[in-house]
Amino acid sequence: MNKTKLKSKYLILMMLPFFILVIAFELLPALFIVINAFLDQASKLTLDNFKVALTDPFYLQGMKNSLLISISSSFVGIVISIISVQAIQSLTAKNAERVIMLSNMTANFAGVPLAFAFMILLGNNGVFTILMDRLGLGVFDTFNLYSGAGLTLVYVYFQVPLGILLMYPAFDGIKPQWKEAASNLGASTLAFWRHIGIPVLMPSIVATFSIMFANAMGAYATAYALTTSNYNLMSVRIGALISGDMFLNPNLASAVAMVLGALMFICNYTSERMTKRRGVNEIK
Amino acid sequence: MKLSNGKKVIIIALLIYLFLPLLGTLIYSISTKWQATLLPNGLTLKWYEQLFSDVRFVQAIQRSFLTSGLTCLLSLTVMIPTIFIMVVYYPKLEKVMKFVITLPFAMPGIVLAVGLIKLYSGDILPLTGTIWILVGAYFVLIMPFMYQGIRNAMRTVEVKTLMEAASLLGASDLKAFWYVIFPNLIKGVVVSTLLSFSMLFGEFVLANILAGGNYETIQVYLYTQKGSSGHFTSAIVISYFSFILLLSYVIIKIKKIVDPAGR
Repeated sequence: MNKTKLKSKYLILMMLPFFILVIAFELLPALFIVINAFLDQASKLTLDNFKVALTDPFYLQGMKNSLLISISSSFVGIVISIISVQAIQSLTAKNAERVIMLSNMTANFAGVPLAFAFMILLGNNGVFTILMDRLGLGVFDTFNLYSGAGLTLVYVYFQVPLGILLMYPAFDGIKPQWKEAASNLGASTLAFWRHIGIPVLMPSIVATFSIMFANAMGAYATAYALTTSNYNLMSVRIGALISGDMFLNPNLASAVAMVLGALMFICNYTSERMTKRRGVNEIK
Repeated sequence: MKLSNGKKVIIIALLIYLFLPLLGTLIYSISTKWQATLLPNGLTLKWYEQLFSDVRFVQAIQRSFLTSGLTCLLSLTVMIPTIFIMVVYYPKLEKVMKFVITLPFAMPGIVLAVGLIKLYSGDILPLTGTIWILVGAYFVLIMPFMYQGIRNAMRTVEVKTLMEAASLLGASDLKAFWYVIFPNLIKGVVVSTLLSFSMLFGEFVLANILAGGNYETIQVYLYTQKGSSGHFTSAIVISYFSFILLLSYVIIKIKKIVDPAGR
């Protein structure tokens, strides 16, 4: 008996470093955010931070921009991913694997390096911008990389490899026999996808969309590198409140961070509920 | 199945879309001047020469290596024993663990930074601006991936059965872990460790906010060169990406050796 007690003591002691690290760098920071969000600059209890985060026009605009860019880039990203994966699926296994590998490689191309590449190529003095201008093609006349549309373009770029990575396994669920059966019954390719393909893929599409959405909502590096703090996004606001040149307010930053976390949670929760409900009705 | 032309076009368009920004940056980084013409005026390697003779760049790379490597090492030494003990002796802990490893998904880097900066800028534990706050924060950042990697490896190795066999043969638990379990695990953990390493190597948000200029990593260095010549920054982007590419190539090769049947 004594021996086992001693042993369990040793075992717990060996797990201690892990829990110390988790508490110090994960749980305590999370707790600190929650506490600070309810304190004012003089450390008194208040709800003002949330009032600002949820009603101030400046912060509302940031939220609106974040939601808009995240939803639109995820939507465009998932459409491109689905069309691509659908085409990749018809390659031979070896070639499909190669294309997926190439796509995975570009998944590492994100954040600051990606923003710089786009600045060099599509910025105001970018290579393509000037080239197109000289060729008399006014494609970029109304386009501004440092605007919401420009950011969305860059976001779509880093969303596509993620979408392909997540959607590729899902397409294994669509059996070639189904396509044959559908076409034998007189269904066109379009009809097959509309009535069979897309509904079967729906749970994966919803789950992938929610991951892409969260990915975009939390993204900071790309927007910061591209526009410093000039384009108003939730993540950029948080960054400015804790490390900007002026108006530091970590308490307000905590409240905005909690709102951001809540939005991501709602999205994740809804998508889980949706896929669960669909899962029940799914044809096995 | 025959590949229709439409599908060929889609795949080619996808690859062009994914690689055009990289190709453009690569050409820009080796051109003397490239403006308003279809092709650059001339080719040169001077931007790379300038880059690799910059002490700040070399130091930043070293710091990124050190920080990412140290974090991966810490993660392995701390998490393998913990998950092992959990699986063999305290399976009930798995629920707590699930919570601990899902939390980072609700806390993107920018959110985590808010809590960390407040916690470690005070007088009690002034860690901001040092490598230590990054190692701690990065430990949390890669925890979900490392957990999955180690947990899966333990599943394939069948830790419990191996432990029983070792104990029947008279080995103590500690000996069994060190001589039987650990060597079997390492193989399965290599891939998730390398993936974590490449993820940390490209981390900017926490590095910039928590350490910034006091402990400049490669990503922060790149950011500070925003005002420099585009050719020069292209050379940094391409150097950085070549390294990441090399790393992902190694990961793919190792994956094939470790798990030949898997995708």
